[in-house]
Amino acid sequence: MRPDVVIIGAGIVGACCAWSCARAGLAVTVIDRGPVAGGTTGAGEGNILVSDKEPGPELDLALLSRAAWAALGDEIGGPCELDAKGGLVVAARQETLDHLISFAESQRAHGVIAEHVAAADLSQHEPHISPDLAGGVYYPQDMQVQPMLAAAHLLDAARRQYGARVMTNVEVLGIDRDAEGSVTGVRTSQGVIDTRYVVNAAGTWGGEIAALAGVHVPILPRRGFILVTEPLPPLIRHKVYAADYVANVASDSAGLETSAVVEGTHSGTVLIGASRERVGFDRTLDWKVVQRLAAQAIEVFPVLADVSLLRTYGGFRPYCPDHLPVIGPDPRAPGLLHACGHEGAGVGLAAATGDLIAQSITGAPSSLDLSAFSPARFEAAHV
Amino acid sequence: MSDVPFTLDGEPMRAAADQTIAAALMERGIMSWRTTRFDERPRGILCGIGVCYDCLITLNGQPNVRACITRVESGDDVRRQDGVGR
Repeated sequence: MRPDVVIIGAGIVGACCAWSCARAGLAVTVIDRGPVAGGTTGAGEGNILVSDKEPGPELDLALLSRAAWAALGDEIGGPCELDAKGGLVVAARQETLDHLISFAESQRAHGVIAEHVAAADLSQHEPHISPDLAGGVYYPQDMQVQPMLAAAHLLDAARRQYGARVMTNVEVLGIDRDAEGSVTGVRTSQGVIDTRYVVNAAGTWGGEIAALAGVHVPILPRRGFILVTEPLPPLIRHKVYAADYVANVASDSAGLETSAVVEGTHSGTVLIGASRERVGFDRTLDWKVVQRLAAQAIEVFPVLADVSLLRTYGGFRPYCPDHLPVIGPDPRAPGLLHACGHEGAGVGLAAATGDLIAQSITGAPSSLDLSAFSPARFEAAHV
Repeated sequence: MSDVPFTLDGEPMRAAADQTIAAALMERGIMSWRTTRFDERPRGILCGIGVCYDCLITLNGQPNVRACITRVESGDDVRRQDGVGR
C-alpha cells in the first residue's frame, strides 16, 4: 500500500509524528536504519522541561508540547514512566540566584508556573539536598518520561490502532523529486516507497536526510554524557538541576560545559547529567567528564558521595546554529517536512512537533506559528 | 591449600586463596544470594565477568558489590542482599 507519509526516524520525534499523523487519518510508514530509539532518543534522559526555556518561540513550543505530553500519557496505553514530577532549579551563589529569579519572572509572563524557594525551604522539596545552596525556583510543570519506552509504545499504538507500518533496520538511500521539485518517493535498502510526503525526523542525522532531498539544513552534533547510579531507595523527588544549566544550553562555546542535572527514575537508578561539548561524532568516553559530572552532582546532593556508578551513556544532541528546531514544510522541496534539530529538548518538544507536522500535512489550522522554526530560514545562507 | 575465612550472613566459611566471592559460594552449592527489588526473584551469577550486575551482594556493609569479580579477603562479612540493599 502506498503511504500518504513516510517518516524517517523511529526516535521519539518520529514516533510522535507517526502517532499524530496516523490519528489524523493518514497512512503512515516509519523507516529507521537502526532499531526504535537507537540514535538520538536513546542517548537522552527524557526531559519534558519548560523551566530551561527563555521566553520566545521555543518556550511557546515547550508549553504546547508539555500539554500534549500530558494528554499523550493517557493515550499511549503502555507504561512509559511519564511523571509530572516538577523541576527544582537551584543556585549555589546569591548572584546566580538573583539571575535565576529574574529569569523565572520573565518566564512567568509567558505562562510558566515558577515559585521561588528560599534556601531554608529547599529541603521541604528535596530532603537530601545540600544545605549550602542559596535558594532555587520550583517549576511544577516540568515532567519526565522514559523516552525509549515512550517511542516504542507510541509506534506500537500507531500500528495497532491506525495500521501504521514501522520498518526498522531499513536505510534511506535517496529521496526522489519530480520535475517541479515535489517529493515523489523514498528509495530504501528494501526498495522504493512512493509517497507525497516525507518527514525528516532523523535527529542528529537530519542534515544528511535533508541533503538526500537536495536541501541544506545545518544540523550539528553536540556530545553529552549521562551517569547512571546503582538502584537506590527513593532519594530524589524532582528533576533537580543547577541554574547554570540554562546558560550552558544557550552557550555557543565549543569547549566542555557541565552542570548538575540530577533525577531519580522508576527503576531506582539516579541519572546524572549533563555535559555538552562539540567534538563532532566522536563517542569516546572522557573520564574528565565523568569526574566533573559526579562532583557537581555531589555538590547538590551530598548523599550521592557514597553511591556507586553502574555505567555511563551518551550520544549527540542535534542543534542548529540558532538553537531552534526545524519544524514544518520545506518550501525548497514541496512534500518534504522537517522535524529535527531539537538539541537536548527533543523528547520534551516531540509531542507538539508531531501535532504540528500532522497539521501541516492535513492542512488543519496550526496550533503554533511555525515561522521561527521554518527550514526557509537557511535558504539565504546557502543557495 | 591455604584458605581464607569469611562469613555469609554470620555463618563461618572458607574460600580458596584468590577465589572470588561468587566462586566460593557456588563451590558450596549456593547458587543464589540476592533477590530483585521489584519481584523478589532470586539472582546469582549470570555473566560472571562484571558486566551484568546480577550477582550483587553486600560486602562489609557496602551493598551492590559484584560477587563475580571481588576476591574474598580474610574476615570478610558477606551478606545476602534483598532489593537495593539499603
